[in-house]
Amino acid sequence: MINVSGIENGIVIDHIPAGKGWKIFQKLNLDTIATPVVLLMGVRSTRMGQKDIIKIEGRWDVDLDLLALIDPDITTSRIVEGKVVEKKSMDVPGRVKGLFPCANPRCVSHSDQLAVPEFTLVRRNGSLHYQCNYCDEITRYSL
Amino acid sequence: MRHLIQPEDLSNQEYMELLEATAHIQAHPDLYKERAKGKILGSLFFEPSTRTKFSFDSAMLRLGGEVIGFSDAQGTSSQKGESLADTIRIMSGFADILAIRHALEGASLLASKTSRVPIINGGDGGHQHPTQALTDLYTIYHYKKKLNGHKIALIGDLKYGRTVHSLIKTLARFDVDSFYLVSPEELSMPRHILDLMEDRYPNIKIHVLHEMEPAIRECDILYMTRIQKERFFNEADYLKLKNSYLLDEEKMELAKKDAILMHPLPRVNEIAIELDSDPRAVYFEQAAMGMYVRMALILKLLEEQDD
Repeated sequence: MINVSGIENGIVIDHIPAGKGWKIFQKLNLDTIATPVVLLMGVRSTRMGQKDIIKIEGRWDVDLDLLALIDPDITTSRIVEGKVVEKKSMDVPGRVKGLFPCANPRCVSHSDQLAVPEFTLVRRNGSLHYQCNYCDEITRYSL
Repeated sequence: MRHLIQPEDLSNQEYMELLEATAHIQAHPDLYKERAKGKILGSLFFEPSTRTKFSFDSAMLRLGGEVIGFSDAQGTSSQKGESLADTIRIMSGFADILAIRHALEGASLLASKTSRVPIINGGDGGHQHPTQALTDLYTIYHYKKKLNGHKIALIGDLKYGRTVHSLIKTLARFDVDSFYLVSPEELSMPRHILDLMEDRYPNIKIHVLHEMEPAIRECDILYMTRIQKERFFNEADYLKLKNSYLLDEEKMELAKKDAILMHPLPRVNEIAIELDSDPRAVYFEQAAMGMYVRMALILKLLEEQDD
């Protein structure tokens, strides 16, 4: 059992499905920040069996949309002076911009710098999908 | 600022007003010959076109306006690497209204984000062609005197055919009875449009078919489309599908006596030329009506801009 102490001031990203912690670490560019960061992988969890956790000291701003797209069950906790002052669960964003490309090779978003790919969340046949605002194509993203 | 990028940009009331305005222009063209005097249409066709470009140009000239522009991207600054957004910024300083055709899907929406004048989508790749839908709507209204209650067959390339994408979304708003979607498996109507129909218009019946005969027998409106060579990434796929649906006199005998046969043109071989003299064939009249429709649309957008 590895023991990692809590952080004093910062953010804890919890309930990350096991194996996705490293992906989040990369997407949030956590290897480039100056403050201490811990990535815990394969932590035992009653609800999830195993999970990953990321603790970031001295930073509170993370891209919640990006986390929600990776997995909507992820939670974040804001820690101030060793205490949890705010806990957030993810909402799948209604609109996303610039996070993934459009699946349609004929879409203008692949060809013009100003056409940053943007999508609207739509419900079709009971499930959620992202539809390109430019060409209407349904895009399956992978982050 | 008002643009026409996709069929949803106009309300049902606006569609009806445009149809009435078109009918008036067609009946009394002389009353309109100076209505756009002093205005300039930028006719920006990054992709080749005959009907649509000349229909727009002629519409503006018949309103007493002027036209500037190009009919393919060769020799324009976009060939030198200028972005579409920049081209539109520049051109919207020269013209009062812009009609744009582009091979990329979503190009007109992008253009509308940087334009200072109204944009009309003259076709963006295989995505949308709202002025063709408006033309088709007017043609149906002209011949059938109503829009609701019809059974409509859309036949041919339903995947890349931008005209049918715009038409099905537009007609669905006017309580039609049913759509018969006839295409090869490889060229079927995009899933997102079928899902939209199911979600938003559950009362409209959708029949997906690979054979055209049942649709010809049942429908009031037969809408043929061309298998578009330019939308295929390889020639072999095109050759396999190009003769999927050939409508000739024998097949047309199955159709109702009061059916109308439409086509957005250009035609290759999907409608036999012997059918041109069939009174139910209205595709050449349909093309001519497109000009009056565009006159009505240009006037509407210019007048709203001046208000």
